[in-house]
Amino acid sequence: MERVVERVAVTGAEAVANAMRQIEPDVVAAYPITPQTPIVEYFARFVADGVVRTEMIPVESEHSAMSAVVGAAAAGARAMTATSANGLALMHEIVYIAASYRLPIVMPVVNRALSGPINIHCDHSDAMAERDSGWIQLFAETNQEAYDFTILAVRLAEHEDVRLPVMVNLDGFILSHGVEPVEFYPDELVKKFVGELKPMYPLLDTEHPVTWGPLDLYDYYFEHKRQQIEAMENVKKVFPEIAKEFEETFGRKYWFVEPYRMEDAEHVMVALGSTNSTIKYVVDELREEGYKVGSLKIWMFRPFPKEQLQELLNGRKSVVVLDRAVSFGAEAPLYEAVKSALYEVAARPMLGSYVYGLGGRDIKPEHIRKAFEDAINGNLIADEQRYLGLRE
Amino acid sequence: MPVNIKQLAQEFDKKEIGITQGHRLCPGCGAPITVKFVMMIARHLGYEPVVGLATGCLEVSTSIYPYTAWSVPYIHNAFENVAATMSGVETAYKALKNKGKIPEDKKYAFIAFGGDGGTYDIGLQSLSGMLERGHKVLYVLYDNEGYMNTGNQRSGSTPPGSDTTTAPVGKKLPGKVQLKKNIVEIVAAHENVYAATASLSEPMDFFAKVEKALNFDGPSFLAVFSPCVRFWRVNDDKTVEISKLAVETKYWPLYEVERGVYRVTRKPRQFKPVEEFLKAQGRFRKLLSRPDAKEIVDELQEYVDRRWERLLTLEEVTKDKPIR
Amino acid sequence: MSLKSWKEIPIGGVIDKPGTAREYKTGAWRVMRPILHKEKCIDCMFCWLYCPDQAIIQEGGIMKGFNYDYCKGCGLCANVCPKQAIEMRPETEFLSEEG
Repeated sequence: MERVVERVAVTGAEAVANAMRQIEPDVVAAYPITPQTPIVEYFARFVADGVVRTEMIPVESEHSAMSAVVGAAAAGARAMTATSANGLALMHEIVYIAASYRLPIVMPVVNRALSGPINIHCDHSDAMAERDSGWIQLFAETNQEAYDFTILAVRLAEHEDVRLPVMVNLDGFILSHGVEPVEFYPDELVKKFVGELKPMYPLLDTEHPVTWGPLDLYDYYFEHKRQQIEAMENVKKVFPEIAKEFEETFGRKYWFVEPYRMEDAEHVMVALGSTNSTIKYVVDELREEGYKVGSLKIWMFRPFPKEQLQELLNGRKSVVVLDRAVSFGAEAPLYEAVKSALYEVAARPMLGSYVYGLGGRDIKPEHIRKAFEDAINGNLIADEQRYLGLRE
Repeated sequence: MPVNIKQLAQEFDKKEIGITQGHRLCPGCGAPITVKFVMMIARHLGYEPVVGLATGCLEVSTSIYPYTAWSVPYIHNAFENVAATMSGVETAYKALKNKGKIPEDKKYAFIAFGGDGGTYDIGLQSLSGMLERGHKVLYVLYDNEGYMNTGNQRSGSTPPGSDTTTAPVGKKLPGKVQLKKNIVEIVAAHENVYAATASLSEPMDFFAKVEKALNFDGPSFLAVFSPCVRFWRVNDDKTVEISKLAVETKYWPLYEVERGVYRVTRKPRQFKPVEEFLKAQGRFRKLLSRPDAKEIVDELQEYVDRRWERLLTLEEVTKDKPIR
Repeated sequence: MSLKSWKEIPIGGVIDKPGTAREYKTGAWRVMRPILHKEKCIDCMFCWLYCPDQAIIQEGGIMKGFNYDYCKGCGLCANVCPKQAIEMRPETEFLSEEG
């Protein structure tokens, strides 16, 4: 099929807002918070101009945004919202409820540091605080990926073996406000790909009255949680199927992780989000200098791609993990997950943990290079948390 | 169309009301009666109810998995967000209707139930948001003046002198010292709404207000005086009597505010002193045996008198002067 | 109801049928039992209106009796009856020898 390629220079917010426009959810309930605000603003303009038939609810807080989206989704509508940082923290209670109710909500999250002190810039503390919530978590490196994941997430969330909400994470300001070329797919193609929602137990079906949100005593809560665990497991089977269909429709290939120059890499750097672009740049530089290095981008953080990491990192000389968040009193979130995944592999690599970029602290090629050099020189201590770009 | 009790009985002897037997609410509780009244009138008028419920006595007792006492579509989300949740449900209806997925002539009644805990305090924000945005949802408050589900903690709705676990009447402090928050005034201040008080002891007034609320073109709010036989320390069979006393002592005046126009819907010719209301309930026993009891009771009597006069004045002054 | 495994119940915590509470017979709570004196009853339906547990059996607005499966014995019916046609008696008077 002759595909018309429209590549436009847009911010991540505009790309995501357009993905939402093409998905045309029935209901969007959103509250503005920097740096998510432009997504809501672009979408509001689509609504105001009648470009979409979406009903938009200008809720009075993020807690109400997620509450309204839960109500709308349970009613049988396709519902979306978007947020950042403290907004995500405010809706935390309902985020767990949305996942437990198995509602297929898609929510772009523009990653920003959690207060305090208040900071509006990029870090992953907001997403990490929700890693136990039962939501699928995807992380975008580029505006194209943010756009693509928003579309793909709809099918993933609504798949009958999954039925879990999805957070599409994109780095605050770096992606949301940074301009990159994005290829927009034709409206009809996106519509065809996302298809129609088949609602589960819709409230508006008065012929089949159901009760959402009962009280579980100790005799049933555990079983309901086990169901959620099973659904998360199913994502590992369903996601590749949907990614394959996405590739056939739109021409882009997605998977749980993206290896970069890893075929013969001895030292691998693992990271989430936009920093991967800088990492790839440094990988290329070091390769020029003759070092066998590579990087592994994690696209899907929840469910955590243990098997893929075990396969790809087994036998490497060293692996350094970059975290744009901390877990006070324990190892950094991504590092902890990687380390735990590699516990039983036949040939465990040396490991190093690097925390960077908190509160939007810039991460530069020289920082990345420093971490790689530690790896190359065998100067790694698995139990030591190191910092890139911190004034010690 | 005013419907009388006999007609309702004839209509509902076999028809589902929306709430069923088998719920675990205390014998004599006012909440299930409130729900019955609202649902019957809604169904009688041809509406299909879709119910949202805040965490609390009513929610917990009617939905212990896998038992549900609801025979209408029902959602419980969390404690403070039934108004936001129902905003989402109502909007989903609008969106799906506009896309032709729901028949035009299907009449839904979106009803949010909440206790005083989930309405006056933790739920106030989401209620205000729903009212401001103009969602066509009827919010029914069953006011039992405390967090009763968790064992009688004080709420913004608890009257002064009531003995609660978090504001006990002790040797030093006389229980809750703050007056009861005036929720109807707060709701009415959102201007383009219909807000009213109701009592189980005045069914015809109650039914008329439910009808008005459901037919109102905008958000509506019904504050129902809903006795808690357990923590007000009255006999199980006193629910209706206490409600009647509340109206007769001006403790719970029956009025409505429609877009800023006040109407007092019941004007008893004879009033009883508020002390009678207090004496009838065990929750005020400790207060009444305090040395400063008379002062506190006099203050309360003064308050209900002033509030009544104010309502009558507002009725006069806002007559035929709606805000929109 | 017997306890089901996680594979046997609907997902999302949803109770997918209406009114399953009817399987829970709250009549077992009763300490006082309402007894109807039909000769005094005027079928005003106040008892039916106010029963919190919908335990009044009526047909076409004619009072027939009480649904003792669900009646919790609160006594509201007796309290609101304008003709004192309902009497509350201790439940112990109605326990059979078999228990």
